[in-house]
Amino acid sequence: MSRGPSSLAITLRAFPTLLRVGFADAVAYRAEMVVWMLTTTMPLVNLALWHTAAAGGPIAGFGQTQLTAYFLASFIVRQLTGCWVVWEMNFEIRTGRLSQRLLRPVSPLAGYMAENLAALPLRVLLSLPMALVLAFVVGGREFSHDPAIWLMVVLALCLAWLIIFFSMAILGTLALYLESSSSLWFMWQGLFFAFSGYLFPLPFLEAHAPRLFHALHGLPFYYQSGFPLELMLGRHDRAAALHYLGIEACWALGLGLLLAVVWRAGVKRWNAYGA
Amino acid sequence: MRRYARLFALQLRTSLQTGLQYRWDFVVEGLTGLLFALLGLLPLWVFKRNGAAVPGWGFPEMLVVVGWFTLLKGLIDGAVNPSLIVVVDHIRRGTLDFVLLKPADAQFLVSTGKFEPWRVLDVLVGVAICGSGFVLLGRWPGALDLAGALLLLVSAALVLYSTWILVVSAAFWVVRLDNLAYLFMSIFDFARWPVTVFRGAVRFAFTFIIPLALMTTYPSMALLGTLRPATGALAVAGALGYAAVARLVWRRAIARYTSASS
Repeated sequence: MSRGPSSLAITLRAFPTLLRVGFADAVAYRAEMVVWMLTTTMPLVNLALWHTAAAGGPIAGFGQTQLTAYFLASFIVRQLTGCWVVWEMNFEIRTGRLSQRLLRPVSPLAGYMAENLAALPLRVLLSLPMALVLAFVVGGREFSHDPAIWLMVVLALCLAWLIIFFSMAILGTLALYLESSSSLWFMWQGLFFAFSGYLFPLPFLEAHAPRLFHALHGLPFYYQSGFPLELMLGRHDRAAALHYLGIEACWALGLGLLLAVVWRAGVKRWNAYGA
Repeated sequence: MRRYARLFALQLRTSLQTGLQYRWDFVVEGLTGLLFALLGLLPLWVFKRNGAAVPGWGFPEMLVVVGWFTLLKGLIDGAVNPSLIVVVDHIRRGTLDFVLLKPADAQFLVSTGKFEPWRVLDVLVGVAICGSGFVLLGRWPGALDLAGALLLLVSAALVLYSTWILVVSAAFWVVRLDNLAYLFMSIFDFARWPVTVFRGAVRFAFTFIIPLALMTTYPSMALLGTLRPATGALAVAGALGYAAVARLVWRRAIARYTSASS
């Protein structure tokens, strides 16, 4: 990180190549990626429960069709925002491979980022079948018709990707301090499951636990899943959407800064090991 | 037999020591297990507060199913899945030879390769969730119901173990599938709710093809005393048949294994 003023320029120049290498990697392991996608069963598990539950009438404004739209779209959002950097960092720190990365003139963080970004085109492609199912089962009725909202959906998804990547990389960096941080990641993941709208749309909480409901809008988890989904379904008007987008941007920025700090201090420790 | 008991204890101790190597991770892992088990209850609470219902299943009955699910998940995560990951790795790197050469039954060694001691917590939490369901109901299962549920637990374990054997056998054919174990786990997640939340073809599949109903719904019904004895008997017979098929496939798979170098 302390390679003088030109390190940013080097990184920028190397980034397209890193992306190409990452894309080739993703294509090479495409079968594994399909299996990984198939492990995303949680949205369908929860769709089954809530679809049955809404048979008697909509819950918090979510009817059966809208719940189907919500959870099928949730599957796609999960594919588009998926990262695995925490596993890679844990592995490379445990086996000492991080040293090789540190020798390169490009920051390892940029390398990780390129690898995770480069899988996106393939992930989009593999999400198409689910999008077709969504279009066939639900159609356009349940979704927002405002182009401005859809622009914000794209922005919200990009920021969601950043939030997920940064929080994963922060927890991965903690392996420099704790030898292994995969359990910490699982804990974070548990909080994400519970509080992001991944298991149930957060508006289900509004009437019964209003304080929790409002508090959750201040945490990063909501922006990783629930917020983009609610935007797509047209549940926020433009003003409210902008407000939440602002909070989301703050989280992305804050986590990015935190990552820079934690990483810098962590790499110093790594050097101190003599590795 | 005593030799195998000693071997089992040894395998268990090795797993514990390996886990303790990463001290921080070990502590956090225990806490995470508890957190996850409790978070599993959150959707159920939201479900109840929103006045939602699944036909034939009240809130206490749902608690029994979720408790049973947590218990079984603890069993899988603690005793089944870790070994699965180890074997798939052995097959890929060709080190399964070393296991086959050892002077003990290969299937035994392979099935006890690794344990996650912390998952005992999940089992306890699962029992507690089941128990709280019955507290809400204000009654306890009779001795006969309990016996039926235990019989079904054994059947469920048999089905799980057979599925495990099938997955390991598949790894002989398609070697590069490190994530098979995760796929297995994520399909099991569908057993979280009573099988009645699924309809049509999906319910058929989860009852007969991937017998998830047998794993959580039927044992819970047995505990609640709502399972017809005939259904229970059929479920047990089905589990036995499934196990026989798995054993057959395993035999053929191991006969095919030619190690990585030859």
